[in-house]
Amino acid sequence: MITITVIDREDQPHALETPTDMGLNLMELCKSYELPVKGTCGGMALCASCHVYVLSEHPLPEASEDEHAMLDQAFFVQNNSRLGCQIRLTDELDGLSVKLAPDAE
Amino acid sequence: MRILPPLTHKIEPHSAGNYSRLFFVYPGMLYSFEHSSEQKSIETDIIIIGAGPVGLFAVFEAGLLKMRCQLVDVLSQPGGQLTEIYPKKPIYDIPGCPGVLAADLVQNLLRQIEPFHPGFTLGERATTVEKQADGRWQVVTDRGTVLTAPVIFIAGGLGCFEPRKPPIDNIEQFEEKGVEYFVRNPDIYRNQRVVIAGGGDSALDWTIYLANVARELTLIHRRTEFRGALDSVEKVQHLAQTGKIKIVTNAQVTGLQGNSKLEHVVVQHDTEGEFKLEADHFVPLFGLTPKLGPIAEWGLAVDKGAIEVNTLDYSTNVPGIFAIGDINTYPGKLKLILCGFHEATLACQSAFTFANPGKKLSFKYTTVTGIDGLPATAVL
Repeated sequence: MITITVIDREDQPHALETPTDMGLNLMELCKSYELPVKGTCGGMALCASCHVYVLSEHPLPEASEDEHAMLDQAFFVQNNSRLGCQIRLTDELDGLSVKLAPDAE
Repeated sequence: MRILPPLTHKIEPHSAGNYSRLFFVYPGMLYSFEHSSEQKSIETDIIIIGAGPVGLFAVFEAGLLKMRCQLVDVLSQPGGQLTEIYPKKPIYDIPGCPGVLAADLVQNLLRQIEPFHPGFTLGERATTVEKQADGRWQVVTDRGTVLTAPVIFIAGGLGCFEPRKPPIDNIEQFEEKGVEYFVRNPDIYRNQRVVIAGGGDSALDWTIYLANVARELTLIHRRTEFRGALDSVEKVQHLAQTGKIKIVTNAQVTGLQGNSKLEHVVVQHDTEGEFKLEADHFVPLFGLTPKLGPIAEWGLAVDKGAIEVNTLDYSTNVPGIFAIGDINTYPGKLKLILCGFHEATLACQSAFTFANPGKKLSFKYTTVTGIDGLPATAVL
């Protein structure tokens, strides 16, 4: 089990515990805790409803072309922007801290 | 995600007179979709709102029960998300298909329903629904098409695809007054000062197209790199080098100004700060996002943007209106195409009773009875 901190749009932190052997991604984890993340496209990097800002210095996988292309169409994008659905939860990400980007849709 | 790119698309803008014809071709057959700005009336058995995979399969199940269908979709081609968002992605969980590309699944569905000759009202949004004196429903689209049927299936998926609007406070105030999220008619930009925002294919394609139409054209993009097709990127760079257009990268449009119409866009540059550009038109091209749209006003029970249904037959709280596929919700709901197919099948059984009051429904296997199609033209 690892713990991920997700700060919601009202600046409330949520410590989310998750196993790492289920192939979950950050969008799915947020949804399972009923945080306001829509995950409209189901995790294909084709909407930006799981847009987050990464606040900690964890070694994340590089963003794919698809993710970059989607972030190009999103709003409120910053240098630390990522799509939650593209962040697969692994043991190395224990303690990861992210903030939900504003709901732009 | 592309919004009617001008260079490769087969669809003509609606500027060509009051009538244009849309073609959708796939191996073995040709559908022609007619568009007319004149008001059209269509009577059918089931109005299916949404021509995605579930709406398409509903035509098949309805056809087995001798019910005709008219599909309505805001997109200009059938297939919904599969065509619009992920045509080249494989789907692995369609029973009997170890793997099928989304676009191929749509083609197969179109071939499967062909014997039932469904009608297509494409590029139109169903806006209002009203019950008539005879008990049938009347649906009117944003282009004035009037559809009448005893039954409505809402197979709207995630909802209507609408352009993503940049979060600029007063942007809606300038809609129709200089802000356009689609290029519907390139002629309106002739000799105008145009600012396009975005970094994808549609921003690049329209920049290339409008470079020779507009008096001044500025393309604004949040980053340095463009992610469109290489050929388009090179063309745009060439246009900038030869002074035909201006490109501003690492910048975003953050404000709009003007009295009765758009006069300036305010641009925030990452390092150079804020500046203003004179502009008659601002065209933000940031792809499409689904919204429930006008259906939200139809008096249906809605929970978190999805329509509540009874799993007995996927009926809504309004008799005669069913909701199938991703747009519905019920305990245990899974947003899967295969579940939508099942929902469409059961909904058709109840729809039969609405469309044929007093008639007895007999269930048949296609293996036993084969496919008995419907004639191409409805006998009304």
